[in-house]
Amino acid sequence: MILVDLDALASCLTSPSCLVTQTTSGLIIGMLLFLVAVGLTLIFGVLKVVNFSHGAFYMFGAYFAMTAYQLTGSFALAILSGAAGTAILGLIFERVFMSRVYGRDVLMQLLVCYAFVLIFDDVVRMIWGPEFKSMGMPAAFQVPPLFIAGGVVPPYYLLLIGVALAAAAVLGLGLARSRIGKVIRAAAHNPGMVSALGINTGLIYGGVFALGGMLAGLAGALAAPVRSLTPGMGFSVLIESFIVTVIGGMGSILGALIGALLIGLIRSFGSLGFPLFTEGLMYLFMVIVLVSRPTGLFGKEVA
Amino acid sequence: MKRTRKPGISRRSTLALMGAGAVTFAAPWVARAQAKTIKIGMPTILSGRVAQLGTSSRNAVMLEVEKVNAAGGLAGRQIEMVIRDSKGQPQEAARIARELVNTDGCEMLLDGEASSGSFAVHEVARDLGVLCIHTCSEASSLTADPKQHIPNAFRCVRQGIHDSIVGAGYAAGIAKAKGLKKWATCSPDYAYGRDTTGEFVLYLKKFAPDVEIISESWPKLFQPDYTEVVTKILQAKPQALYSCLWGGDLTSYIDQANIYAMFTQMEVFAVNMADYTALTVVKNLPKGIHSGDRYIKTFPPTPENAAWGDAYKAKYNEYPTNWSWQNATAVMFLNEAVKKANSTDGKKVAEVLAGLTIKCPFGADGTVTMRADDHTLVGYAIGWGTTIPQEPYVPDVKAGDWKAIFELEADWKKSKGYT
Repeated sequence: MILVDLDALASCLTSPSCLVTQTTSGLIIGMLLFLVAVGLTLIFGVLKVVNFSHGAFYMFGAYFAMTAYQLTGSFALAILSGAAGTAILGLIFERVFMSRVYGRDVLMQLLVCYAFVLIFDDVVRMIWGPEFKSMGMPAAFQVPPLFIAGGVVPPYYLLLIGVALAAAAVLGLGLARSRIGKVIRAAAHNPGMVSALGINTGLIYGGVFALGGMLAGLAGALAAPVRSLTPGMGFSVLIESFIVTVIGGMGSILGALIGALLIGLIRSFGSLGFPLFTEGLMYLFMVIVLVSRPTGLFGKEVA
Repeated sequence: MKRTRKPGISRRSTLALMGAGAVTFAAPWVARAQAKTIKIGMPTILSGRVAQLGTSSRNAVMLEVEKVNAAGGLAGRQIEMVIRDSKGQPQEAARIARELVNTDGCEMLLDGEASSGSFAVHEVARDLGVLCIHTCSEASSLTADPKQHIPNAFRCVRQGIHDSIVGAGYAAGIAKAKGLKKWATCSPDYAYGRDTTGEFVLYLKKFAPDVEIISESWPKLFQPDYTEVVTKILQAKPQALYSCLWGGDLTSYIDQANIYAMFTQMEVFAVNMADYTALTVVKNLPKGIHSGDRYIKTFPPTPENAAWGDAYKAKYNEYPTNWSWQNATAVMFLNEAVKKANSTDGKKVAEVLAGLTIKCPFGADGTVTMRADDHTLVGYAIGWGTTIPQEPYVPDVKAGDWKAIFELEADWKKSKGYT
């Protein structure tokens, strides 16, 4: 059994083909993780709740996309319904349930979220059945992979990285520059004052939650052609997203991006150098970050 | 009766129908009332990630039990199945098994648990002395290890060691013919994945000494993404890949490896591919994946097997699984053994079961045998073939040779200190 294979890692780092393949592989893992984690971090930043049911939106995104794809045969519509469906679901979930536990005990919020993890899984089981499903790759992407500098890059993954990067850019710029972005940031900082200025904070909260859900749903829809769909599929993604937000800093979008990409690269290069310790590497990295910067790489002192 | 009370059928005609039904069935009802029903308990996995397999076990049992009951039951006693969900937890499986016997009055057990739970149910059977047939656990040691042996427990399941011997023999043949020397493995990181891969590699190297394993990957069970594993294997550039990933993990892996065109770059041997649960789910199934037979209605290529697969599909609207045929076979064994013993007494039935050969649609030669010395199923259809993307999915399965299996199995038992 090979525990540490530094030769393999070293020979990969010196070979351009291997570098390209492993780097893109890391980017793919990272970008999907980013979409889920950024919603988590956004919801935490503004609403100050840790949404433990966030993985469910990733799951619903995938199932919505699969159903839309089966009904229409259009991949664009599939992605769109994955994102739009989870946005609506997020809005309803926030208005009807989550809005009742703001400012309450963390334990209470946790219990509500956990209850919905179970409920959402069972809802999926009732609608789509307990067995695993596969959406299938759209015909347009059933093409041989590209060879860049000898490295293998599937075209679908280029699309995936592109969409995720675009989402990151729109989100980052939107929050920093637009009027709505400013209101959201203000609401995160001082909701009482924002409310006093005549802005409907409930609407803002609902909107942010919907946005977070939509991003997770988008990730699920993008992952649907390559990952099998099962009730409970959101859970493992959720755990990794938490690692990402802890590394990047709760509430920081840039942190989520950097954290996700780091996790992706750790996984792809770690699997070469430390085949039996790839998972462990992620946690080890998280521990190092927590010890040296307890608020995460881009976290603020007071969240 | 609710169904007949649709609008359009008057109360009077409903009553007339009921009256007619009562007259028709009155006589058998009286007869049946005299013979007490026999309860058979069955813990299995009906919720969680492998619920599909547990459900398919229950379906197959019910399909066969209906036939037995229609033919008069077990020694004149109608079978009543008591099936409970263990959620795949061993301690829960053991608790349920005990409760089925002690509280519900079940006289026999069908143990529809995966390996982890089956050892727990086995201990309950040892303790209570109740007749128990394991129907899902493929772990070889359950019956191969003499420490596990009890007179009242049997295993009506394919076995890991048989699969490894047949799979490695098949793979070695192709390795020699095509000159495949550099191999990689990619299997889930838990007991089943490690053991099965280890045994396969052991026999592959025995049959084809040139083979060398140049890369190993051990993804976590239920891991959602395999991209880093796929690219790692591509970097190693093996000529062939062995994997015992299964279910949703296998289909994820195939979808992800497909877009890297992995299946055009190496021969892939995936022992769990030829199972309808995976075959019917993968949308872009690559051609030419080598796989063992799990359950496929075209192997053995007999009308009996095809008819059974179709009957199951007609009833449940999906194809049976590997667990289905094993559970169906267990009911067939019980039926034959009770007939021969002319009794439903567990002890007498167990005595007959040991060494019993029955006609069975899933037998390599139309029969299967419950081997007397270790109480395990032998002679079932076992083979390997390559996939195509549509039905019959694995058109040509090469059957394994039971004589060779027996010889190597005996050696293996010796090497393990089992004999």
